[in-house]
Amino acid sequence: MASFIIHRFAQALVVLLVMSVLVFAGVYVIGNPVDVLISPDATQAIRQQVIEQYGFDLPIWRQYLQFLQRLLTGDLGQSFVFNMPVGTLVAQKLPATLELTLVAVLFASAVGIPLGVYAGYRPDGKVSRAIMAASILGFSVPTFWIGLLLIMVFAVQLGILPAGGRGATRDLFGVPFSFLTLDGWSHLLLPALNLSLFKMAMMCRLAASGTREVMLTDTIKFARAAGIPERTILRRHVLKLISIPLVTVFGLELGSTLAFALVTETIFSWPGLGKLIVDSITSLDRPVMVAYLMLVSALFVVINLCVDLAYAALDPRLRHGKY
Amino acid sequence: MSTAAATGSVSPLAQFWRDFRRNRVALVALAVVVLIVFVAVFAAFIVPQDPYDLKSLVLRDARRPPGYVGRDGMLHLLGTDSQGRDLLSAIVYGLRISLQMGLMAGAIAFAIGAVVGCSAAYIGGRLEALIMRIVDIQLSFPAILLAFVVAAVLGQGKEQLILALVFAQYAYFVRTAHGAAAAERQKDYVQAALSVPMGGWFVITRHILPNALPPLIVVATVQVASAISLEATLSFLGVGLPATEPSLGMLIANGFQYLMSGRYWIAIYPGVALIILIMAINLVGDQIRDQLNPRLRK
Repeated sequence: MASFIIHRFAQALVVLLVMSVLVFAGVYVIGNPVDVLISPDATQAIRQQVIEQYGFDLPIWRQYLQFLQRLLTGDLGQSFVFNMPVGTLVAQKLPATLELTLVAVLFASAVGIPLGVYAGYRPDGKVSRAIMAASILGFSVPTFWIGLLLIMVFAVQLGILPAGGRGATRDLFGVPFSFLTLDGWSHLLLPALNLSLFKMAMMCRLAASGTREVMLTDTIKFARAAGIPERTILRRHVLKLISIPLVTVFGLELGSTLAFALVTETIFSWPGLGKLIVDSITSLDRPVMVAYLMLVSALFVVINLCVDLAYAALDPRLRHGKY
Repeated sequence: MSTAAATGSVSPLAQFWRDFRRNRVALVALAVVVLIVFVAVFAAFIVPQDPYDLKSLVLRDARRPPGYVGRDGMLHLLGTDSQGRDLLSAIVYGLRISLQMGLMAGAIAFAIGAVVGCSAAYIGGRLEALIMRIVDIQLSFPAILLAFVVAAVLGQGKEQLILALVFAQYAYFVRTAHGAAAAERQKDYVQAALSVPMGGWFVITRHILPNALPPLIVVATVQVASAISLEATLSFLGVGLPATEPSLGMLIANGFQYLMSGRYWIAIYPGVALIILIMAINLVGDQIRDQLNPRLRK
């Protein structure tokens, strides 16, 4: 067990290091930041000064080492466009994204799982077929287009919900959140719904296929033979058996929803991380891009580490012996 | 399976088709896919207007609603876009590009996945462990993020976008091919073939790969659909195809700014075309998966 944990930690570190090289190399290929930073009619002296200030004249590996050093000390550099420390910028945008993601994932689970269990329980019923068809629709429709549709219907045609922004926020522990005000909720509803639809369809399909397979097992046959009411079988046995993959997916989906948020945030002008990264790619704001990518990869490495460690704790084969 | 297969009078493929036909929805979906492919291939002969021919565009006819009859007497069934382009024609050409990107990316990822996955399972040992570890790590990152980053780094262009899509998707194929091939590797007939001895490449291509194909085909349908969706998303976000090659995602992005003023058709109709395409592919894939899933077989 101890060696497993050490092994996984070492691997996580290696992944992060490789990511840092890839991100750095990738981002520094995109274009010449000197052209972005300095107006074309600037004097040669100003040009030189900016180049030296940002270290663009150094060889690429020296720039990388400096970058790594700054990363380790938590200094993520200065945004070219916003002219403020990237760390502060990201910290400002993070709560909005986390709020949106969490509401979306909770919404997806609360609606998707019950629907899926029902569809798997009666796979040939009319309602079940409708649910499965709807889930394929939810699976197939690209997130950004659903976002447009939501804006068109609720903001333009009906005019009952705002099309963008965060609305009024209230501070919780010094951080502004939208879900604490009514106006905030009205702004949060559409983007959260937009972001959750894909996950909802996925949860629904997972729950349905899981339930369908579990219903065919001997466990259920015996439970029925023992005269246990159907409702109890569903709640006690089926839900328990399908919950393992669902919990895993829930954890992993939290991360991927965070990534998908960049589409939703762009459409609804939600001032979060996703919009920040899309904007920073268009404006070649490289420190922001680097910080975002490193943050997201770190997040994923941590999530995966947690999932693996949870498995190790649950799975006796991993707990005791070789992995 | 059924009695016909048991008596050996029907080939497995014919039996598969017989089972497939029983699902009406999947059958309709298959017909839609075939129709879309047909329309996309023969786009030039079908559409009322060549959307790339700038001479045929009448700027005064821009942003007209569906059913509008243009100054040159042409009927715009789905309206026109911001440059006076017939939207139906633009959609058909957009479908063509989207389909092209999805199929190309899917085919390349399929090939990489089949070769790498089967080889890894055949070779075994440390190399196999290393390859599968890399694949696992990559799979833990969402495809949209990988594709977005690669597309942003490589810049706009067809080849760049295909590369981004392949990079985001090949790992699914490797994982699937490896799983199927590793199971096949253990079987007696492969062991027997190797003990003759037959060449490694021969065993992989003649014995292991054909048996790994069914799950790969299922993954391929899903991945082509998701590649088309990904491409549209990337183009919508502005890191996909250049404006000279308007895929469906680009058409939708162009229409987005007119949505607020009620000119819904520019963004909505390309999206409808996109959804019909993706959904039809998914429905066909769903049916194939159900038919190949041994746990659901009666």
